[in-house]
Amino acid sequence: MAKENPENPSYTSFLEDPHGIMGHRGGFWGWFGTFDHKRIGIMYLCGILASLMVGGLFALLVRLELFFPGETIIGPQAYNEFFTLHGAIMVFLVIVPGIPAALGNIALPMQLGAPDVAFPRLNLASFYLWCVGAVLLVGAMAMGFVTDQTGVDTGWTFYTPYSLKEHTAGDAILMSLVGVFLLGFSSIFTGLNFLTTIHKFRAKGMGWFQMPLNLWALYATGIMQVLATPVLGITVLLLSVERFLEIGIFDPVLGGDPILFQHFFWFYSHPAVYIMIIPAMGVISELITTFSHKHIFGYRFIAWSSLSLALLSFLVWGHHLFVSGQSRMAGMIFSALTFTVAIPSAIKVFNWTATLYKGVIRLQTPMLYALSFVLLFTIGGLTGLFLGVISIDVHLHDTYFVVAHFHYVMMGSTLVAFLGGLHYWFPKFTGKMYPEKLGQFISVMVFFGFNLTFLPQFVMGSRGMTRRYWDYDPEFTLMHQLSTIGAFVLGISLFIVVCYLFWAAYKGEKAPPNPWGASTLEWESPSPPPLYNFVEQPPLPELYEYDELVYDDEEGGYVRKLRDGGEVRSYRRYVRSKPSGGH
Amino acid sequence: MSVLSSLMGTMQADSAGQAVGQAAQQASGAEQAATQAGQAVINIPKTAWQDPGTNTFWLPEAASVTTDNVDWIYLGLIGLSIFCFIGITAAVVYFTIKYRQRPGHERPLPSPSHNNPLEITWTLIPAIICVFLFVAGWRGYVDLATPPQHALEISVTGLKWKWKFTYPNGVDDPNGELHVPVNRSVRLVMSSNDVIHSFFIPAFRIKQDVVPQRYTQLWFKATQPGVYRMYCAEYCGLEHSQMKTVIVVHEPGGYADYLARIEEQALNIPPAELGKKMYDNYCIACHTLDGTTKVGPSFKDLVLGGQNEMTDGSSIVVDENYIRESIVEPQAKVRKGYPASMPSFKGVLSDKKINGVIAFIKSLNDGSQQ
Repeated sequence: MAKENPENPSYTSFLEDPHGIMGHRGGFWGWFGTFDHKRIGIMYLCGILASLMVGGLFALLVRLELFFPGETIIGPQAYNEFFTLHGAIMVFLVIVPGIPAALGNIALPMQLGAPDVAFPRLNLASFYLWCVGAVLLVGAMAMGFVTDQTGVDTGWTFYTPYSLKEHTAGDAILMSLVGVFLLGFSSIFTGLNFLTTIHKFRAKGMGWFQMPLNLWALYATGIMQVLATPVLGITVLLLSVERFLEIGIFDPVLGGDPILFQHFFWFYSHPAVYIMIIPAMGVISELITTFSHKHIFGYRFIAWSSLSLALLSFLVWGHHLFVSGQSRMAGMIFSALTFTVAIPSAIKVFNWTATLYKGVIRLQTPMLYALSFVLLFTIGGLTGLFLGVISIDVHLHDTYFVVAHFHYVMMGSTLVAFLGGLHYWFPKFTGKMYPEKLGQFISVMVFFGFNLTFLPQFVMGSRGMTRRYWDYDPEFTLMHQLSTIGAFVLGISLFIVVCYLFWAAYKGEKAPPNPWGASTLEWESPSPPPLYNFVEQPPLPELYEYDELVYDDEEGGYVRKLRDGGEVRSYRRYVRSKPSGGH
Repeated sequence: MSVLSSLMGTMQADSAGQAVGQAAQQASGAEQAATQAGQAVINIPKTAWQDPGTNTFWLPEAASVTTDNVDWIYLGLIGLSIFCFIGITAAVVYFTIKYRQRPGHERPLPSPSHNNPLEITWTLIPAIICVFLFVAGWRGYVDLATPPQHALEISVTGLKWKWKFTYPNGVDDPNGELHVPVNRSVRLVMSSNDVIHSFFIPAFRIKQDVVPQRYTQLWFKATQPGVYRMYCAEYCGLEHSQMKTVIVVHEPGGYADYLARIEEQALNIPPAELGKKMYDNYCIACHTLDGTTKVGPSFKDLVLGGQNEMTDGSSIVVDENYIRESIVEPQAKVRKGYPASMPSFKGVLSDKKINGVIAFIKSLNDGSQQ
């Protein structure tokens, strides 16, 4: 074992990898016919990054329109369609699948020490569903532009009775809902797959409390995906039943109840907020411990807080309906329950902060994103308290305060964690390093751009600026302009990230197996990993234990000490895959 | 919308340099409003809204009795949030600088991997704060959600994309503005004609969705006369951002004057239309328009210049005086074949309204109305 360093040049990038595909095929079917979780994750990643660019473009158009009161670049109809596109694309196509389906797909089996997920075909099927759902959703929304009629302008929430068939774009709305239905099933498949994989595919010796926290987070997410998402599907089915059979469910004209739709919708969409944020918390737990080179503080509290958040997230949907006309008693109960989610969230923030204490902190790009996350999530969480206090929510509901709050959680937290995780695992799954200095610079720009965009919106909202307004009172002009400038800083930064990552996937420097000195199993495999992830089953390292990892100049990354009776005998370099005849 | 557009005009003109074209457009709107002020509906009081001195940085002016429930918790939470955020940020920045990787600091210092008393402390403190916040919000909400008895009731209808306010005297506000008296509890009974809207007055810190086919309510008690902004807060389509108006809080006495004036103004329409309204309000229970008989004779048979037979056997020629007499003193001449059961409308219908009814009856038979 000593100083083993294979002569064989391993492949240099996943792009040239002849093994990581089903049946050693390259080309189109090598990708679209693969059962390899890494390749499926990479395909998800490409789809998600493309959606991010499209959704971001619409966000910038919306922000640009708001630079002045009245018409700046587009009229109210286009504005309404643009913010609908922005919201629907970002929620259903980017943030919900972002961390679990893309990064989770790549990292989860490897962190378990498993060759793949439990159901590789289901994994591929869920990606196909995502593609079809995405095409239907965006296609339906774009139909308005093509046919020159009203497009889908309901907002991503599709509230009834506005979205019902009296709407001129009724067919397009139904089509986009079918897209949402399919995306929901894609999410259910992923959740089911991950739950089974975590139950059945843990490496020998890995008990539940030896699992990396990212896996706890993905486990909690899986539970929510499997239990909450069907309600979204049911809601869409009920809308179709009402439309074709004229049975009054949501339509007041037929005797239905439009508020019922809001209950159904938020029964899914509130847990969905946690489907977005809990995996982000998992990623951040990994990043903070790795880049502090120190064990995580309060492992069990973080693990249990993920599970308790998953449970509590099912009980608080009614806080979206405080002013909708639900009963006041219900309002008060939901207000009380809402505060319960604040506590596990606070625990996590404190534990992350305590993890930094006495560590060895390296401010590489993933860590910069992780620290941004801690600060942005703190703001997102604290402003959530305002909206949980029911008397204040009455004032702040449907204002920019809410817009700013959920962007701090969904974008400032989830998307920033996604970027952190993307930079963290990028060397692993591509075998290439991204440009570090540029990455650091951009992560700082993302932080400032984000705050410049959304901090003014808290003030605007408190002062009475209502959301989804194409026009606004002149007193809000300055704050809208700050927000728009911030949005462009943010948008340009994200665009640069996508560009340099694609560039680095082809042209980046070669990545070592463990560039960060991380302790979890995925770093015990070459970069990029071979088909079935591990050439040989690695011994299970002690979780979040960094003493055995030392930097090795020759390797360009970290290597693990090999001990023999307490004496360090050698350093185990990582086995590199050999381009042999397959597995 | 006259008050709103004139205010918008003023504000736009003040913010010179921004959106010049728009300011000009709004300024012409202001002129129009000024000419409309000839038929002056109200005197615009000096408003808190126009005077930013009374606003805080975070919140707009407060002008209702329940705003205190919201404002002190809000401002307290702002303080708490800033405190917590600075605390977390300071810890993160301090640790990051102090424990950054550098020559001489390559290995983590010994530190515990968990500490249950610490974990329990930072679980309990947020929990206690949350209980306190819930109770504070709950008490405020009970106030917001419980209208006092004997409040002035005004009916609100939301429709794409304007608000309709109907006062207790049955008159709709002609400008789509809400006028209320100061220091008087007002209860709004609200419903929507189409999709869900939401009624939002920032200065009163109140908001409530307005839902089709059901009623929702809001109440407030304005503490200072002034003009305050009011918005639709639930997305409702194309003109959502234009579905806003103002609420005018009158000095004592001003509200009654205003109601009298708009009631008067509501009569300034062609006499036959006014008569139709009166018919719909008063006559329709007993008199039809299509020749069928209810309690009294149908108006279709009431042709001016025609002859009618009375209970006492006499016959009269229908003219304006006969109709007027039948309204103010119905028992004087009773039509043959009908009971003498019509009440007098003397004092109920003004001369103007009676003239309207006469014009309406005339119009029934000259083909201009059904």
